[in-house]
Amino acid sequence: MPVLVYTENAEGKFKKSTFEVVSYARAIADQNNTTLTAISIGNVAKDDLNLLGKYGAEKVLNVSNDKLKNFVNQAYASVIAEAAKKEGADIVVLSNSFSGRGLAPRIGVKLEAGVADGVVSLPEAGGKFIVKKTAFSGKAFAKVELTSVNKVISLIPNAYKVVETNGAGTVEDFNAGLKQSDLTSIIKEIVRSTDKVSLPDADIVVSGGRGLKGPENWGMVEELADLLGAALACSKPVSDAGWRPHSEHVGQTGIAVSPNLYIAIGISGAIQHLAGVSSSKVIVVINKDAEAPFFKVADYGIVGDAFEVVPKLIAAIKEYKASA
Amino acid sequence: MKILVCISNVPDTTTKITFTDNNTQFNTAGVQFILNPYDEIALARAIELTDGGNGSVTVINVGEISTEPTIRKALAIGATDAVRVNAKPHDAWFVAFQIAQYVKANPFDLILTGRESIDYNGSKVAAMLGELLDIPSVSIIKKFDINGGQVTVEREIEGGKEVLEIPLPITAGCAEGVAEPKIPNMRGIMSARTKPLTVIEPVEVKTFSEVLSYETPAPRGQVKLVPADDVAKLVTLLHEEARVI
Repeated sequence: MPVLVYTENAEGKFKKSTFEVVSYARAIADQNNTTLTAISIGNVAKDDLNLLGKYGAEKVLNVSNDKLKNFVNQAYASVIAEAAKKEGADIVVLSNSFSGRGLAPRIGVKLEAGVADGVVSLPEAGGKFIVKKTAFSGKAFAKVELTSVNKVISLIPNAYKVVETNGAGTVEDFNAGLKQSDLTSIIKEIVRSTDKVSLPDADIVVSGGRGLKGPENWGMVEELADLLGAALACSKPVSDAGWRPHSEHVGQTGIAVSPNLYIAIGISGAIQHLAGVSSSKVIVVINKDAEAPFFKVADYGIVGDAFEVVPKLIAAIKEYKASA
Repeated sequence: MKILVCISNVPDTTTKITFTDNNTQFNTAGVQFILNPYDEIALARAIELTDGGNGSVTVINVGEISTEPTIRKALAIGATDAVRVNAKPHDAWFVAFQIAQYVKANPFDLILTGRESIDYNGSKVAAMLGELLDIPSVSIIKKFDINGGQVTVEREIEGGKEVLEIPLPITAGCAEGVAEPKIPNMRGIMSARTKPLTVIEPVEVKTFSEVLSYETPAPRGQVKLVPADDVAKLVTLLHEEARVI
Protein backbone atom coordinates (compact mmCIF):
# COMPACT_ATOMS: atom_id res chain seq x y z
CA MET A 1 0.00 0.00 0.00
CA PRO A 2 1.60 3.30 -1.05
CA VAL A 3 2.28 6.26 1.18
CA LEU A 4 0.44 9.47 0.27
CA VAL A 5 2.02 12.86 0.92
CA TYR A 6 0.19 16.18 0.66
CA THR A 7 2.43 18.81 -0.93
CA GLU A 8 1.35 22.23 0.24
CA ASN A 9 2.04 25.32 -1.86
CA ALA A 10 1.95 29.03 -1.16
CA GLU A 11 0.64 30.96 -4.16
CA GLY A 12 1.52 28.14 -6.51
CA LYS A 13 5.06 27.57 -5.21
CA PHE A 14 6.26 24.70 -3.05
CA LYS A 15 8.17 25.62 0.08
CA LYS A 16 11.19 23.98 1.65
CA SER A 17 8.94 22.34 4.25
CA THR A 18 7.06 20.69 1.37
CA PHE A 19 10.25 19.07 0.09
CA GLU A 20 11.01 18.03 3.67
CA VAL A 21 7.71 16.16 3.98
CA VAL A 22 8.21 14.52 0.58
CA SER A 23 11.71 13.35 1.60
CA TYR A 24 10.32 12.16 4.92
CA ALA A 25 7.41 10.33 3.29
CA ARG A 26 9.89 8.75 0.82
CA ALA A 27 11.82 7.35 3.78
CA ILE A 28 8.62 5.91 5.26
CA ALA A 29 7.77 4.34 1.91
CA ASP A 30 11.25 2.78 1.86
CA GLN A 31 10.75 1.43 5.39
CA ASN A 32 7.60 -0.28 4.12
CA ASN A 33 8.99 -1.35 0.72
CA THR A 34 6.30 0.59 -1.06
CA THR A 35 5.82 3.54 -3.39
CA LEU A 36 5.14 7.20 -2.71
CA THR A 37 2.31 9.20 -4.24
CA ALA A 38 2.16 12.98 -3.81
CA ILE A 39 -0.99 15.06 -4.08
CA SER A 40 -0.89 18.74 -4.99
CA ILE A 41 -3.95 20.98 -4.89
CA GLY A 42 -4.07 24.42 -6.52
CA ASN A 43 -2.35 26.09 -9.43
CA VAL A 44 1.15 24.66 -9.39
CA ALA A 45 3.22 24.83 -12.58
CA LYS A 46 4.11 21.56 -14.31
CA ASP A 47 7.83 22.09 -13.77
CA ASP A 48 7.29 22.44 -10.05
CA LEU A 49 5.13 19.31 -9.96
CA ASN A 50 7.90 17.44 -11.78
CA LEU A 51 10.29 18.53 -9.03
CA LEU A 52 8.46 16.28 -6.57
CA GLY A 53 9.87 13.25 -8.35
CA LYS A 54 13.35 14.40 -7.48
CA TYR A 55 12.48 14.15 -3.80
CA GLY A 56 11.11 10.66 -4.15
CA ALA A 57 7.48 10.72 -5.33
CA GLU A 58 6.87 8.14 -8.08
CA LYS A 59 3.46 9.52 -8.85
CA VAL A 60 2.06 13.03 -8.49
CA LEU A 61 -1.69 13.61 -8.42
CA ASN A 62 -2.49 17.12 -9.56
CA VAL A 63 -5.79 18.70 -8.56
CA SER A 64 -6.25 21.95 -10.44
CA ASN A 65 -9.93 22.63 -9.90
CA ASP A 66 -10.69 26.39 -9.92
CA LYS A 67 -12.80 26.06 -6.79
CA LEU A 68 -9.74 24.71 -5.00
CA LYS A 69 -7.30 27.38 -6.11
CA ASN A 70 -7.02 28.59 -2.53
CA PHE A 71 -7.02 26.54 0.65
CA VAL A 72 -10.48 25.47 1.85
CA ASN A 73 -10.07 23.21 4.85
CA GLN A 74 -13.04 20.86 4.42
CA ALA A 75 -12.71 20.51 0.66
CA TYR A 76 -8.96 19.88 0.75
CA ALA A 77 -9.43 17.27 3.49
CA SER A 78 -12.09 15.52 1.38
CA VAL A 79 -9.89 15.52 -1.71
CA ILE A 80 -6.85 14.15 0.14
CA ALA A 81 -8.91 11.46 1.88
CA GLU A 82 -10.47 10.48 -1.45
CA ALA A 83 -7.01 10.24 -3.03
CA ALA A 84 -5.83 8.06 -0.14
CA LYS A 85 -8.77 5.71 -0.70
CA LYS A 86 -8.27 5.56 -4.48
CA GLU A 87 -4.55 4.92 -4.12
CA GLY A 88 -5.14 2.44 -1.31
CA ALA A 89 -2.71 4.45 0.82
CA ASP A 90 -2.68 3.58 4.51
CA ILE A 91 -0.25 6.30 5.60
CA VAL A 92 -0.90 9.98 4.85
CA VAL A 93 1.88 12.48 5.56
CA LEU A 94 1.45 16.26 5.85
CA SER A 95 3.40 19.24 7.10
CA ASN A 96 2.48 20.43 10.59
CA SER A 97 1.86 23.88 9.08
CA PHE A 98 -1.10 26.10 9.91
CA SER A 99 -3.06 24.48 7.09
CA GLY A 100 -1.74 21.00 7.80
CA ARG A 101 -2.95 21.25 11.37
CA GLY A 102 -6.45 21.94 10.10
CA LEU A 103 -6.35 19.11 7.57
CA ALA A 104 -4.78 16.19 9.44
CA PRO A 105 -7.57 15.77 12.04
CA ARG A 106 -10.33 15.88 9.41
CA ILE A 107 -8.51 13.38 7.18
CA GLY A 108 -7.97 11.21 10.24
CA VAL A 109 -11.69 11.09 10.99
CA LYS A 110 -12.57 10.37 7.33
CA LEU A 111 -10.09 7.48 7.13
CA GLU A 112 -10.74 6.20 10.68
CA ALA A 113 -7.05 6.78 11.19
CA GLY A 114 -5.00 7.58 14.25
CA VAL A 115 -3.43 11.03 13.92
CA ALA A 116 0.04 11.95 15.17
CA ASP A 117 0.80 15.67 14.94
CA GLY A 118 4.04 17.53 15.52
CA VAL A 119 6.10 14.48 14.62
CA VAL A 120 9.89 14.96 14.78
CA SER A 121 11.39 11.70 13.50
CA LEU A 122 10.82 8.64 11.34
CA PRO A 123 8.63 5.84 12.69
CA GLU A 124 10.61 3.31 14.72
CA ALA A 125 11.69 0.17 12.93
CA GLY A 126 9.82 -2.97 13.95
CA GLY A 127 6.25 -4.18 13.87
CA LYS A 128 4.50 -1.37 15.69
CA PHE A 129 3.95 2.10 14.26
CA ILE A 130 5.62 4.36 16.83
CA VAL A 131 6.54 8.00 16.25
CA LYS A 132 8.06 10.69 18.45
CA LYS A 133 6.15 13.96 18.73
CA THR A 134 6.55 17.20 20.64
CA ALA A 135 4.52 17.51 23.83
CA PHE A 136 4.02 19.98 26.65
CA SER A 137 4.69 22.84 24.24
CA GLY A 138 8.26 21.79 23.54
CA LYS A 139 9.15 20.92 27.13
CA ALA A 140 9.06 17.19 26.29
CA PHE A 141 8.54 14.56 23.60
CA ALA A 142 6.04 11.72 23.62
CA LYS A 143 6.36 8.37 21.89
CA VAL A 144 2.98 7.60 20.43
CA GLU A 145 1.82 4.36 18.90
CA LEU A 146 -0.87 4.53 16.25
CA THR A 147 -2.87 1.33 16.53
CA SER A 148 -5.26 1.91 13.61
CA VAL A 149 -4.84 0.41 10.13
CA ASN A 150 -4.73 3.87 8.54
CA LYS A 151 -2.42 6.55 9.90
CA VAL A 152 -2.12 10.30 9.44
CA ILE A 153 1.06 12.05 10.54
CA SER A 154 2.16 15.67 10.37
CA LEU A 155 5.85 16.58 10.46
CA ILE A 156 7.21 19.74 12.07
CA PRO A 157 9.35 22.03 9.85
CA ASN A 158 13.16 21.56 9.92
CA ALA A 159 12.82 18.15 11.61
CA TYR A 160 13.81 16.18 8.52
CA LYS A 161 16.40 17.08 5.90
CA VAL A 162 15.49 17.46 2.25
CA VAL A 163 16.98 14.50 0.36
CA GLU A 164 17.34 14.58 -3.40
CA THR A 165 17.08 11.29 -5.27
CA ASN A 166 17.67 10.58 -8.95
CA GLY A 167 14.06 9.55 -9.30
CA ALA A 168 11.43 11.14 -11.52
CA GLY A 169 7.71 11.19 -10.98
CA THR A 170 4.82 11.00 -13.40
CA VAL A 171 2.21 13.71 -13.07
CA GLU A 172 -1.43 12.87 -13.59
CA ASP A 173 -4.61 14.87 -13.15
CA PHE A 174 -6.84 13.87 -10.28
CA ASN A 175 -10.49 14.81 -10.44
CA ALA A 176 -12.01 14.80 -7.02
CA GLY A 177 -15.74 14.82 -6.47
CA LEU A 178 -16.64 17.92 -4.49
CA LYS A 179 -19.54 18.28 -2.11
CA GLN A 180 -21.25 21.66 -2.03
CA SER A 181 -21.19 21.53 1.78
CA ASP A 182 -17.39 21.40 1.64
CA LEU A 183 -17.23 24.71 -0.20
CA THR A 184 -19.16 27.10 2.01
CA SER A 185 -16.10 29.02 3.27
CA ILE A 186 -15.35 32.07 1.16
CA ILE A 187 -11.89 33.61 1.17
CA LYS A 188 -12.21 37.38 1.23
CA GLU A 189 -8.58 38.33 1.48
CA ILE A 190 -5.10 36.82 1.65
CA VAL A 191 -2.31 38.98 2.96
CA ARG A 192 1.18 37.57 2.67
CA SER A 193 4.22 39.70 3.33
CA THR A 194 6.52 38.39 0.66
CA ASP A 195 9.46 40.49 1.81
CA LYS A 196 9.58 38.75 5.18
CA VAL A 197 10.67 35.23 6.06
CA SER A 198 7.83 33.24 7.61
CA LEU A 199 8.51 32.34 11.23
CA PRO A 200 7.16 28.79 11.70
CA ASP A 201 9.33 27.24 8.98
CA ALA A 202 12.33 29.59 9.06
CA ASP A 203 15.91 28.27 8.96
CA ILE A 204 17.19 31.09 11.12
CA VAL A 205 15.24 33.12 13.68
CA VAL A 206 16.32 36.39 15.30
CA SER A 207 14.32 37.11 18.42
CA GLY A 208 14.15 40.14 20.69
CA GLY A 209 13.03 40.57 24.29
CA ARG A 210 12.36 43.24 26.86
CA GLY A 211 16.09 43.92 27.07
CA LEU A 212 15.68 45.94 23.88
CA LYS A 213 13.75 48.51 25.91
CA GLY A 214 11.22 49.57 23.27
CA PRO A 215 9.82 49.01 19.76
CA GLU A 216 11.90 51.90 18.41
CA ASN A 217 15.02 49.78 18.95
CA TRP A 218 14.00 46.96 16.61
CA GLY A 219 15.86 48.47 13.65
CA MET A 220 19.09 46.64 14.45
CA VAL A 221 17.19 43.39 15.06
CA GLU A 222 15.55 43.71 11.65
CA GLU A 223 18.87 44.51 10.02
CA LEU A 224 20.48 41.44 11.57
CA ALA A 225 17.54 39.27 10.43
CA ASP A 226 17.71 40.67 6.90
CA LEU A 227 21.43 39.95 6.69
CA LEU A 228 20.91 36.34 7.77
CA GLY A 229 17.72 35.78 5.78
CA ALA A 230 16.07 35.15 9.12
CA ALA A 231 12.53 35.46 10.43
CA LEU A 232 11.76 37.86 13.27
CA ALA A 233 10.42 36.70 16.61
CA CYS A 234 9.93 38.06 20.10
CA SER A 235 9.17 37.06 23.68
CA LYS A 236 5.70 37.22 25.25
CA PRO A 237 6.21 40.45 27.25
CA VAL A 238 7.20 42.17 23.99
CA SER A 239 4.04 41.13 22.11
CA ASP A 240 1.87 41.73 25.20
CA ALA A 241 3.22 45.28 25.36
CA GLY A 242 2.32 45.75 21.70
CA TRP A 243 5.93 46.36 20.63
CA ARG A 244 5.65 43.55 18.10
CA PRO A 245 2.69 41.61 16.62
CA HIS A 246 1.37 38.47 18.35
CA SER A 247 2.31 36.46 15.27
CA GLU A 248 5.98 36.90 16.26
CA HIS A 249 5.51 35.62 19.81
CA VAL A 250 7.56 32.47 20.35
CA GLY A 251 6.98 30.35 23.44
CA GLN A 252 4.59 28.04 25.19
CA THR A 253 1.52 30.13 24.45
CA GLY A 254 2.83 31.39 21.12
CA ILE A 255 4.53 29.68 18.22
CA ALA A 256 6.95 26.80 18.75
CA VAL A 257 9.87 27.06 16.34
CA SER A 258 12.51 24.57 15.27
CA PRO A 259 15.09 26.51 13.24
CA ASN A 260 18.71 25.57 12.68
CA LEU A 261 19.77 28.77 14.42
CA TYR A 262 17.90 30.78 17.05
CA ILE A 263 19.45 34.06 18.15
CA ALA A 264 17.91 35.50 21.33
CA ILE A 265 18.66 39.13 22.10
CA GLY A 266 17.73 40.60 25.47
CA ILE A 267 15.53 37.64 26.42
CA SER A 268 16.12 36.25 29.90
CA GLY A 269 14.74 32.80 29.09
CA ALA A 270 11.59 32.21 31.17
CA ILE A 271 10.52 28.56 31.15
CA GLN A 272 7.55 29.39 28.88
CA HIS A 273 9.83 30.96 26.27
CA LEU A 274 12.37 28.13 26.43
CA ALA A 275 9.58 25.64 25.72
CA GLY A 276 8.98 27.25 22.34
CA VAL A 277 12.61 27.14 21.23
CA SER A 278 13.89 23.85 22.64
CA SER A 279 13.76 22.13 19.23
CA SER A 280 16.18 24.68 17.74
CA LYS A 281 19.43 23.05 16.61
CA VAL A 282 21.75 25.87 17.70
CA ILE A 283 20.87 28.61 20.19
CA VAL A 284 22.82 31.86 20.57
CA VAL A 285 22.04 34.12 23.52
CA ILE A 286 23.02 37.76 23.83
CA ASN A 287 22.20 39.17 27.26
CA LYS A 288 23.89 41.59 29.63
CA ASP A 289 22.93 39.47 32.64
CA ALA A 290 25.39 36.56 32.93
CA GLU A 291 22.90 34.84 35.24
CA ALA A 292 20.05 34.88 32.68
CA PRO A 293 18.55 31.34 32.60
CA PHE A 294 18.72 31.34 28.79
CA PHE A 295 22.52 30.81 28.95
CA LYS A 296 21.90 27.38 30.55
CA VAL A 297 20.24 26.07 27.39
CA ALA A 298 22.34 28.01 24.88
CA ASP A 299 25.10 26.67 22.66
CA TYR A 300 26.86 30.02 22.28
CA GLY A 301 26.54 33.15 24.32
CA ILE A 302 27.76 36.69 24.61
CA VAL A 303 27.43 38.45 27.95
CA GLY A 304 27.07 42.08 26.97
CA ASP A 305 24.81 45.01 26.23
CA ALA A 306 22.68 44.28 23.15
CA PHE A 307 23.06 47.88 22.00
CA GLU A 308 26.81 47.34 21.70
CA VAL A 309 26.94 43.67 20.72
CA VAL A 310 24.30 43.61 17.97
CA PRO A 311 25.83 46.40 15.84
CA LYS A 312 29.20 44.64 16.16
CA LEU A 313 27.59 41.37 15.15
CA ILE A 314 26.02 43.03 12.11
CA ALA A 315 29.42 44.42 11.12
CA ALA A 316 31.10 41.03 11.64
CA ILE A 317 28.51 39.24 9.49
CA LYS A 318 28.87 41.85 6.74
CA GLU A 319 32.61 41.29 6.81
CA TYR A 320 32.17 37.52 6.75
CA LYS A 321 29.76 37.79 3.83
CA ALA A 322 32.11 40.07 1.90
CA SER A 323 34.97 37.60 2.32
CA ALA A 324 32.92 34.46 1.60
CA MET B 1 -26.98 32.46 20.02
CA LYS B 2 -25.95 29.24 21.75
CA ILE B 3 -22.19 28.87 22.02
CA LEU B 4 -20.23 25.84 23.22
CA VAL B 5 -16.67 26.33 24.45
CA CYS B 6 -14.54 23.20 24.82
CA ILE B 7 -12.07 23.54 27.68
CA SER B 8 -9.00 21.62 28.84
CA ASN B 9 -7.43 21.31 32.25
CA VAL B 10 -3.66 21.68 31.77
CA PRO B 11 -0.50 22.13 33.86
CA ASP B 12 0.31 25.75 34.66
CA THR B 13 2.71 27.32 32.14
CA THR B 14 5.49 27.61 34.74
CA THR B 15 5.44 23.83 35.39
CA LYS B 16 8.72 21.98 35.12
CA ILE B 17 7.70 18.86 33.22
CA THR B 18 8.86 15.54 34.73
CA PHE B 19 7.70 11.95 34.43
CA THR B 20 7.26 8.91 36.67
CA ASP B 21 6.80 5.14 36.29
CA ASN B 22 9.76 4.69 33.98
CA ASN B 23 8.83 7.82 32.00
CA THR B 24 5.36 6.55 31.13
CA GLN B 25 3.30 8.96 33.28
CA PHE B 26 3.30 12.73 33.60
CA ASN B 27 4.33 13.59 37.16
CA THR B 28 1.44 15.62 38.56
CA ALA B 29 2.95 15.90 42.05
CA GLY B 30 2.99 19.55 43.06
CA VAL B 31 1.65 20.65 39.66
CA GLN B 32 -1.02 23.30 39.58
CA PHE B 33 -3.63 22.78 36.89
CA ILE B 34 -5.24 25.68 35.09
CA LEU B 35 -7.79 26.46 32.39
CA ASN B 36 -5.87 26.13 29.12
CA PRO B 37 -4.75 29.71 28.21
CA TYR B 38 -6.11 29.53 24.64
CA ASP B 39 -9.45 28.23 25.92
CA GLU B 40 -9.61 31.31 28.15
CA ILE B 41 -9.43 33.41 24.99
CA ALA B 42 -12.22 31.36 23.36
CA LEU B 43 -14.34 31.69 26.49
CA ALA B 44 -13.78 35.45 26.69
CA ARG B 45 -14.91 35.89 23.07
CA ALA B 46 -17.97 33.71 23.62
CA ILE B 47 -18.96 35.83 26.62
CA GLU B 48 -18.51 39.03 24.59
CA LEU B 49 -20.65 37.65 21.76
CA THR B 50 -23.52 36.79 24.10
CA ASP B 51 -23.21 39.95 26.19
CA GLY B 52 -26.46 41.56 27.31
CA GLY B 53 -28.51 38.38 27.35
CA ASN B 54 -27.88 37.64 23.69
CA GLY B 55 -27.67 33.87 24.13
CA SER B 56 -25.76 31.47 26.35
CA VAL B 57 -22.28 30.01 26.77
CA THR B 58 -21.91 26.37 27.76
CA VAL B 59 -18.47 25.00 28.60
CA ILE B 60 -17.71 21.32 28.14
CA ASN B 61 -14.76 19.36 29.47
CA VAL B 62 -13.86 15.72 29.07
CA GLY B 63 -12.16 14.87 32.33
CA GLU B 64 -12.33 13.22 35.70
CA ILE B 65 -13.72 14.89 38.80
CA SER B 66 -10.30 16.52 39.44
CA THR B 67 -11.01 19.00 36.59
CA GLU B 68 -14.03 20.56 38.34
CA PRO B 69 -12.10 23.50 39.88
CA THR B 70 -11.11 24.49 36.33
CA ILE B 71 -14.72 24.14 35.15
CA ARG B 72 -15.89 26.30 38.08
CA LYS B 73 -13.29 28.88 37.08
CA ALA B 74 -14.86 29.00 33.61
CA LEU B 75 -18.27 29.49 35.22
CA ALA B 76 -16.83 32.24 37.41
CA ILE B 77 -15.44 33.98 34.34
CA GLY B 78 -18.97 34.06 32.94
CA ALA B 79 -20.09 30.80 31.30
CA THR B 80 -23.81 30.10 31.74
CA ASP B 81 -23.54 26.40 32.51
CA ALA B 82 -21.13 23.49 32.22
CA VAL B 83 -20.97 19.85 31.19
CA ARG B 84 -18.32 17.37 32.26
CA VAL B 85 -17.98 14.09 30.41
CA ASN B 86 -16.75 11.85 33.18
CA ALA B 87 -13.72 10.18 31.56
CA LYS B 88 -9.98 10.42 31.25
CA PRO B 89 -9.29 12.31 27.99
CA HIS B 90 -7.52 9.42 26.25
CA ASP B 91 -6.62 11.35 23.09
CA ALA B 92 -8.01 14.09 20.83
CA TRP B 93 -10.17 11.61 18.92
CA PHE B 94 -11.76 10.34 22.15
CA VAL B 95 -12.43 13.90 23.34
CA ALA B 96 -13.82 15.07 19.98
CA PHE B 97 -16.06 12.01 19.75
CA GLN B 98 -17.55 12.57 23.23
CA ILE B 99 -18.21 16.25 22.52
CA ALA B 100 -19.72 15.43 19.11
CA GLN B 101 -22.14 13.00 20.77
CA TYR B 102 -23.23 15.71 23.16
CA VAL B 103 -23.63 18.31 20.41
CA LYS B 104 -25.69 15.95 18.24
CA ALA B 105 -28.22 15.76 21.07
CA ASN B 106 -27.84 19.44 22.08
CA PRO B 107 -27.16 21.59 19.00
CA PHE B 108 -25.13 24.81 19.16
CA ASP B 109 -24.75 27.71 16.73
CA LEU B 110 -21.04 27.99 17.32
CA ILE B 111 -18.32 25.83 18.89
CA LEU B 112 -15.11 27.45 20.05
CA THR B 113 -11.92 25.86 21.35
CA GLY B 114 -8.44 27.17 22.03
CA ARG B 115 -6.00 26.82 19.13
CA GLU B 116 -4.37 23.95 21.02
CA SER B 117 -3.97 22.68 24.57
CA ILE B 118 -0.59 23.52 26.03
CA ASP B 119 0.02 19.92 27.15
CA TYR B 120 -0.38 17.87 23.97
CA ASN B 121 -0.54 20.78 21.48
CA GLY B 122 -2.44 18.67 18.98
CA SER B 123 -4.76 21.39 17.69
CA LYS B 124 -7.02 18.53 16.69
CA VAL B 125 -10.30 18.67 18.63
CA ALA B 126 -11.85 21.60 16.73
CA ALA B 127 -11.14 20.07 13.31
CA MET B 128 -12.19 16.55 14.35
CA LEU B 129 -15.42 17.95 15.78
CA GLY B 130 -16.04 19.82 12.54
CA GLU B 131 -15.61 16.60 10.60
CA LEU B 132 -17.77 14.54 12.99
CA LEU B 133 -20.55 17.15 12.79
CA ASP B 134 -19.97 17.77 9.06
CA ILE B 135 -19.54 21.53 9.54
CA PRO B 136 -16.64 23.83 8.65
CA SER B 137 -13.67 24.20 11.01
CA VAL B 138 -10.98 26.86 11.13
CA SER B 139 -7.85 26.31 13.14
CA ILE B 140 -5.77 29.08 14.66
CA ILE B 141 -7.81 32.25 14.28
CA LYS B 142 -6.71 35.73 15.32
CA LYS B 143 -10.01 37.57 14.92
CA PHE B 144 -13.62 36.51 15.08
CA ASP B 145 -16.81 38.45 14.30
CA ILE B 146 -20.41 37.51 13.61
CA ASN B 147 -22.79 39.29 11.23
CA GLY B 148 -26.15 37.54 11.19
CA GLY B 149 -25.62 33.93 10.25
CA GLN B 150 -22.12 34.56 8.89
CA VAL B 151 -18.83 34.68 10.71
CA THR B 152 -15.80 36.59 9.56
CA VAL B 153 -12.55 35.12 10.82
CA GLU B 154 -8.93 35.99 10.36
CA ARG B 155 -6.80 32.88 10.12
CA GLU B 156 -3.06 32.77 10.59
CA ILE B 157 -1.03 31.51 7.62
CA GLU B 158 2.74 31.31 7.21
CA GLY B 159 3.95 34.87 6.76
CA GLY B 160 0.53 36.47 6.77
CA LYS B 161 -3.18 36.12 7.28
CA GLU B 162 -6.31 35.03 5.48
CA VAL B 163 -9.79 36.49 5.99
CA LEU B 164 -12.69 34.06 5.57
CA GLU B 165 -16.47 34.32 5.60
CA ILE B 166 -18.24 31.16 6.70
CA PRO B 167 -21.92 30.43 7.43
CA LEU B 168 -22.72 29.12 10.93
CA PRO B 169 -22.47 26.64 12.52
CA ILE B 170 -18.69 26.18 12.59
CA THR B 171 -15.93 25.15 14.97
CA ALA B 172 -12.98 27.47 15.47
CA GLY B 173 -9.69 27.30 17.39
CA CYS B 174 -8.95 30.65 19.02
CA ALA B 175 -5.51 32.22 19.49
CA GLU B 176 -4.19 35.53 20.79
CA GLY B 177 -5.96 38.49 19.23
CA VAL B 178 -9.49 37.01 19.34
CA ALA B 179 -10.15 38.44 22.80
CA GLU B 180 -8.43 39.40 26.04
CA PRO B 181 -8.84 36.73 28.75
CA LYS B 182 -11.26 37.79 31.47
CA ILE B 183 -10.50 37.71 35.18
CA PRO B 184 -13.42 36.51 37.32
CA ASN B 185 -14.87 39.10 39.68
CA MET B 186 -16.27 38.41 43.15
CA ARG B 187 -19.85 38.15 41.91
CA GLY B 188 -18.75 35.69 39.24
CA ILE B 189 -16.91 33.56 41.78
CA MET B 190 -19.94 33.50 44.11
CA SER B 191 -22.42 32.66 41.35
CA ALA B 192 -20.16 29.95 39.89
CA ARG B 193 -20.89 27.76 42.88
CA THR B 194 -24.56 27.51 42.04
CA LYS B 195 -24.43 27.48 38.23
CA PRO B 196 -25.42 24.12 36.75
CA LEU B 197 -22.61 21.62 36.15
CA THR B 198 -24.02 18.48 34.56
CA VAL B 199 -21.94 15.30 34.65
CA ILE B 200 -22.57 12.79 31.87
CA GLU B 201 -20.98 9.41 31.29
CA PRO B 202 -18.85 8.79 28.18
CA VAL B 203 -19.97 6.73 25.22
CA GLU B 204 -17.77 3.82 24.25
CA VAL B 205 -15.48 4.42 21.30
CA LYS B 206 -12.47 2.67 19.85
CA THR B 207 -9.30 4.75 20.12
CA PHE B 208 -6.40 4.76 17.68
CA SER B 209 -3.41 6.07 19.60
CA GLU B 210 -1.49 5.27 22.76
CA VAL B 211 1.22 7.32 24.43
CA LEU B 212 3.94 4.79 25.28
CA SER B 213 6.51 6.98 26.99
CA TYR B 214 7.86 10.49 27.38
CA GLU B 215 11.29 12.04 27.26
CA THR B 216 12.66 15.49 27.92
CA PRO B 217 14.86 17.25 25.34
CA ALA B 218 18.51 16.14 25.42
CA PRO B 219 20.51 18.61 27.50
CA ARG B 220 22.78 20.90 25.53
CA GLY B 221 26.48 20.98 26.38
CA GLN B 222 28.00 23.80 28.38
CA VAL B 223 27.42 27.16 26.69
CA LYS B 224 30.46 28.52 24.84
CA LEU B 225 30.87 32.14 25.83
CA VAL B 226 32.39 34.55 23.36
CA PRO B 227 33.83 37.82 24.75
CA ALA B 228 31.71 40.87 23.95
CA ASP B 229 34.73 42.58 22.36
CA ASP B 230 35.37 39.70 19.96
CA VAL B 231 31.99 39.27 18.26
CA ALA B 232 33.67 38.18 15.01
CA LYS B 233 34.61 34.95 16.80
CA LEU B 234 30.92 34.11 17.15
CA VAL B 235 30.47 34.41 13.40
CA THR B 236 33.46 32.10 12.86
CA LEU B 237 32.07 29.54 15.32
CA LEU B 238 28.61 29.62 13.73
CA HIS B 239 30.15 29.11 10.31
CA GLU B 240 32.94 26.63 11.01
CA GLU B 241 31.83 24.72 14.10
CA ALA B 242 28.02 24.85 14.18
CA ARG B 243 27.75 25.17 10.37
CA VAL B 244 24.50 27.07 10.53
CA ILE B 245 25.48 30.16 8.55
